[in-house]
Amino acid sequence: MTLHPMLAALRRHKAGVVLIALQIALTLAIVCNAIFIIGNRIERVQRPTGLAENDLFQITQLWVGAPTGEDAASIDKLDAMLRSDVETLRNLPDVESAVALNTMPLSNSTWSTGVGLNPKQETSTAQSAYYFSSEQAIKTLGLHLVAGRNFTAEEIRSRALRATTQPAVVIVTKALADKLFPDGNAVGKTVYYDGGTNPSTIVGVVERLQIPSVASWSSNFTWYSTLVPSVLNANFSRYAVRAKPGRLDAAMSAARRALFAANPMRVIDEDRGIRSFAQIRAEAYRSDRGMAILMGVICLILLAVTGAGIVGLTSFWVGQRHKQIGVRRALGARKLDILRYFQTENLMIAGGGAFVGIALAIGLNLWLMSRFEMERIPVLYVLFGVGVVLLLGQLAVFAPARRAANVPPVVATRSV
Amino acid sequence: MFTYYLDLALRSLKRNPALTVLMILTIGFGVGASMTTWSVFRAVSGDPIPQKSARLYVPQIDMWGPSGRAPNSTDNDPPNALDYNDAVALMRDHRAKLQSALYMIAPSVIPQRAGQHPINVSGHAVFGEFFPMVEAPFEYGSGWSADDDAQRAAVAVISHKLNGKLFDGANSVGKTVNVEGRDYRVVGVLQDWHPRPLYYDVVNTGGFRTDDEDLFLPFNTAISVDMPNQGNTNCTDTPAESGFVGLQHSSCIWIAYMAQLDDAAAADAYRTYLEGFAHTRYPNWAPNVRLHSLMDWLDHEHVVPSDTKVSLLLALGLLVVCLVNTAGLLLAKFLRRSSEIGVRRALGASRREIYTQFLTEGAMIGVAGGVLGLLLTGLGVASVGLVMPKDIASLAHLDVSLLLTTLVVAVCASLLASLYPTFRAAQVQPAWQLKSN
Repeated sequence: MTLHPMLAALRRHKAGVVLIALQIALTLAIVCNAIFIIGNRIERVQRPTGLAENDLFQITQLWVGAPTGEDAASIDKLDAMLRSDVETLRNLPDVESAVALNTMPLSNSTWSTGVGLNPKQETSTAQSAYYFSSEQAIKTLGLHLVAGRNFTAEEIRSRALRATTQPAVVIVTKALADKLFPDGNAVGKTVYYDGGTNPSTIVGVVERLQIPSVASWSSNFTWYSTLVPSVLNANFSRYAVRAKPGRLDAAMSAARRALFAANPMRVIDEDRGIRSFAQIRAEAYRSDRGMAILMGVICLILLAVTGAGIVGLTSFWVGQRHKQIGVRRALGARKLDILRYFQTENLMIAGGGAFVGIALAIGLNLWLMSRFEMERIPVLYVLFGVGVVLLLGQLAVFAPARRAANVPPVVATRSV
Repeated sequence: MFTYYLDLALRSLKRNPALTVLMILTIGFGVGASMTTWSVFRAVSGDPIPQKSARLYVPQIDMWGPSGRAPNSTDNDPPNALDYNDAVALMRDHRAKLQSALYMIAPSVIPQRAGQHPINVSGHAVFGEFFPMVEAPFEYGSGWSADDDAQRAAVAVISHKLNGKLFDGANSVGKTVNVEGRDYRVVGVLQDWHPRPLYYDVVNTGGFRTDDEDLFLPFNTAISVDMPNQGNTNCTDTPAESGFVGLQHSSCIWIAYMAQLDDAAAADAYRTYLEGFAHTRYPNWAPNVRLHSLMDWLDHEHVVPSDTKVSLLLALGLLVVCLVNTAGLLLAKFLRRSSEIGVRRALGASRREIYTQFLTEGAMIGVAGGVLGLLLTGLGVASVGLVMPKDIASLAHLDVSLLLTTLVVAVCASLLASLYPTFRAAQVQPAWQLKSN
């Protein structure tokens, strides 16, 4: 089939062709970027925290009238209350294990600090988030120790909320260990936290443990966590609790009752005081999920509008060329030739639009990158977008093209 | 004549019902999607105190010097909060008309009635000038005096909601409220007051959060009873002493500050004062201070989430595509009626009349699309809660201005889309059309 008559025909509908190509180009630009955003968010939401997330829940509670001072007597009192809470939780029939833990991955409340290789290092080597807990943490959270050892019970210290001491021993994530010691073998090495002078020895390395914050300010140290063998003593406390398999709901409601029974002078928020890890995860990524859905809806509307637009416009052209189609058929063109004609015509228009659309898509991406926290769009997404709009064009053109193919040759002999 | 055009437009639209429906749907969805995202954007980017925002200022002082910058920072922007010493010194100098240092607190309140569990409330420790400065509306009583601030009086201002919980909504001025085991005398009860964004402390609240501000205590009193700071604490150096007192003596930043300056001259004078202040306190580096007006500050702190902006932009892109789509369909449709136009022109219709006729048809699609857009916007606003963070979604609402905007946008959009097709229709040569038939 020669393209010449097709181009000649298109030239007679310049404005219409330009409009539909422009529409395809804009659709491509927006759809590419929207799909890219969706892809990013899905990837973000699905990344594992490093915890065994099933059967895990967190309790946040506040003691009423508890000491807020940081003198030894206050800390001792707080520590005793905390130990008794942990004991209460461990004694519940549906609880597998429980541990005091200052925060939880994805729960947003972050203690972060700089860590360096030398004492008093001016600019830290990496930023890291602290988890203050005991030797039970690895078991309760379901972390994987890949090198070194766990803390021992003797190493666990008591730590005031605003204490400024640096830990003697730490367990770090593999990502942090690799960042600090790219040659490997971080176990046994010393590092310095808070730009301080007291060395901290790395005694163990866990495979993966995400930091609490998922916000953009913390995105450069998402995997750099540090476990510190200290129990945080403040007027509030948080516990990570692992329920026996399948007993999560029972353990969660039993925990509230048991804690209040043991000491009623406390506040455990009705909605957010006791949250399963699934809830924590859902809340942390709520806006990402929402953004993905919104972008999905925008994509769907866009593709539907553009598809419907192609159907409408092509139908018009078919109606307009009714007689010419009849003439072609009378001169020996097969139905397939007519079908092909409209399909090829659409491919040319959509191809032209897609060509411009690639430039627009990259331009839009660059502009979004300059104004917002966006990454560069991979070529794959653009190619996928091109495939989508070309396919959309072909699908949309099929019905009107088939109607054109069904125009009987006898039309040629009728006058209007 | 106009009714005649309406009639013509109606006939024409009826002739191709599928196409008409398609155009109406296109406009409706385009407008619905963009107005839904607009309603969210409008809700989070609005001016929380329009009558006064131009007179409220937030100062920044560089207490850390050049070595305190984040490793990768390129701008020389000072930290976004104050340390205790600077905040107290600024309050002591008292150079603005009204001003307040403030920090976030979250103590527990113990209800007096038996059988009620203690409740956790959030709020701020502020100075007495805070209330007139932010024009906080009182249901009963008022804020506290400068004397109360100076004498560390045990007084409190509580929210309408907390007053309902503790005192069943009665006038509780003069009664006591037990906060962390200490008694405070209620001096004021606020009306139902939820400024959004929570502009006086966006650093700690992000501007939007679902929990309300239930309790305000005097700053000095809160400090004297060691009521800890619930907001962010940022340090470059480890505090030399431990505990809350150590925090107060350190260069760690955790205090927000707001000042009311009534005109440009006052703002300039305050800026000069801040420079002098920084110069005396931090002689080791050049004074580096900022004085942001409120809206400027909200922008500086990126209070409007970038997700909201990106969604609005892409939804507007969708509207543009819908416009182009409608323009293409109208063009095909109008040009197909070239012979009709030719007849009308030959019978004496002027170009102007052709314009009126076809623009009327376009506007009609716009009105129908607008009505559909209204429904979709209503649906969209009702369901943003499913996709957007709760704190933000709850702010988006339908009101008369949004409804009007939706209709106006729809009609303008379809008029815009029909401009070029109408122009082409008006160019039709009557003679040529009549001949070709």
